[in-house]
Amino acid sequence: MSEEISLLKGNEAIAHAAIRYGVDGYFGYPITPQSEILETLTLERPWDTTGMVVLQAESEVAAINMVYGGAGTGKRVMTSSSSPGVSLKQEGISYMAGAELPCLIVNVMRGGPGLGTIQPSQADYFQTVKGGGHGDYRLIALAPSSVQEMADFVGLGFELAFKYRNPAIILADGIIGQMMEKVVLPPFHPRRTESQIIEECPWAANGRKKSRKPNIITSLELDPAVMEQNNIRFQKKYEEIKKKEVRYEAYLCDDADYLLVAFGSSARICQKAIEIARAQGVKVGLLRPITLWPFPSEIVAEYAGKVKGMLSVELNAGQMVEDVRLAVNGKVKVEHFGRLGGIVFTPDEIFKALTEKLF
Amino acid sequence: METIEKTDLSQIIKPENLVYAKPELMNDNPMHYCPGCSHGVIHKLIAEVVEEMGMAEKTIGVSPVGCAVFAYNYLDIDWEEAAHGRAPAVATGIKRLNKDKMVFTYQGDGDLAAIGTAETIHAANRGENIVIIFVNNAIYGMTGGQMSPTTLEGMKTSTCPHGRDIELNGYPLKISDLLALLDGTCLVTRQSVHTPSAVKKAKRTLRKAFENSMAGKGTSVVEFVSTCSSGWKQTPEQSNNWMVEHVFPSYPLGDLKNID
Repeated sequence: MSEEISLLKGNEAIAHAAIRYGVDGYFGYPITPQSEILETLTLERPWDTTGMVVLQAESEVAAINMVYGGAGTGKRVMTSSSSPGVSLKQEGISYMAGAELPCLIVNVMRGGPGLGTIQPSQADYFQTVKGGGHGDYRLIALAPSSVQEMADFVGLGFELAFKYRNPAIILADGIIGQMMEKVVLPPFHPRRTESQIIEECPWAANGRKKSRKPNIITSLELDPAVMEQNNIRFQKKYEEIKKKEVRYEAYLCDDADYLLVAFGSSARICQKAIEIARAQGVKVGLLRPITLWPFPSEIVAEYAGKVKGMLSVELNAGQMVEDVRLAVNGKVKVEHFGRLGGIVFTPDEIFKALTEKLF
Repeated sequence: METIEKTDLSQIIKPENLVYAKPELMNDNPMHYCPGCSHGVIHKLIAEVVEEMGMAEKTIGVSPVGCAVFAYNYLDIDWEEAAHGRAPAVATGIKRLNKDKMVFTYQGDGDLAAIGTAETIHAANRGENIVIIFVNNAIYGMTGGQMSPTTLEGMKTSTCPHGRDIELNGYPLKISDLLALLDGTCLVTRQSVHTPSAVKKAKRTLRKAFENSMAGKGTSVVEFVSTCSSGWKQTPEQSNNWMVEHVFPSYPLGDLKNID
């Protein structure tokens, strides 16, 4: 079947894309504002069509460990949750990074800390790109700013996860998850056959054939000399990802005197703020990191030599701004503007913050 | 007169004379388990059953956190090593996506009955077609002999050095009795490997459990009431006797549930 144009919520788009991209399994636990992913999947009954397994787990902890189990057999497996639930998944995410298992995690962020609120937020940036769980590891982090990207990044996330044998995460927020937009859903990709999986994933624990040694999925290594080598191998992989997989969008940046740096829903609001600014003769552009890790540091550094100042616009107390400042390395003034706890800024507020903080 | 040195071994080592052999799935890696520990025998039983069923290429084991974390070093099948207590969730993910595979978890009492209680109960309640092998030695062995949920009343461990106090620590958890109540389980049984006859009986039960999992009958739980001579600070012989005398009364052997 071919592409299909639909009007969907971001969360629904994730579910439909998962079925169409040939995902083998989804394990999740309900939490607002992302429950439509599990609801849509169970309504669609993909087990009757593509053979995709969908299971509601007893907790986020169990769900991520079901993902671990399935991913360890070379299958395309995913989970989704929102901030408090993603905190619960951190143990499993760290184990998957340590065992080098590909998978896709979706975090539709809400305001925290703690139980917080069910309104949108971007306060899990640190958790996503700086670790989250224990140990030196990285997640490939994709930040969609449209319903279309919610769908597209399911495919991209799995592609990158399997290319590097590493968990990938879609870091969305309550706005992107809940809003409805036109989306072009991808054509149906059949799920991989057993022999395709064995060929693509020779490391997978899917039953030892006599011709090979046992495959063991583990993050454990008690010999520190070997464990150091494992870590060095991970770091080399992360360096390669940093070199090859940076993605960003530059909007009206060429003639800009000021740059807004924003991801996800904030980037959408920034586009309107730029309209307001330009109508008043202030040349403002938007740099939107699509991969939050690897962070587009090089392009941010490049613009640091061209603009008078940058404003990192985030629905948090100032998280990504640290990476912007690291990239800029003192060349121009970098300020942060944010709203907290589920409050979303208006375009006017963004423009006002720009003039107050950078003029 | 012929001496023993001159005996031609090839005249003796013949298939027709074979009465016992190590299962092929069990490799020659030296085991890290302590003398008198039950794990070695239980590992061997799994290897024998999997081999006799002809399922070596289709079996995936899930090892726990605890003494058996390195179970994957001894049996030459594919394995996934789970986070502490999460083995039943990991096994759920494996089995749901690989219905033709034979999937089992191997867990201790701390892993299964403390940190992993939720995963254990819910996997069993969903009737996952897996085998849960539960080695209950009433103590945390790997970390040096701390109190576990199944530690007996009055039993001394490094974190209840004056003996388990019910008022402080609650009661020994009879998790298998709980699991037997769930509609998702088809076999819940308590076995032991302290005598040759117990080993033979345990092996028959283990085979049934694995067969259940492939027949789609639901979750089978095989608890092995086991020794931990190091944790109990006893000799292997003492620990076997102590188990019979003190542990069996709290965790009596036999089937708690066995649906054909």
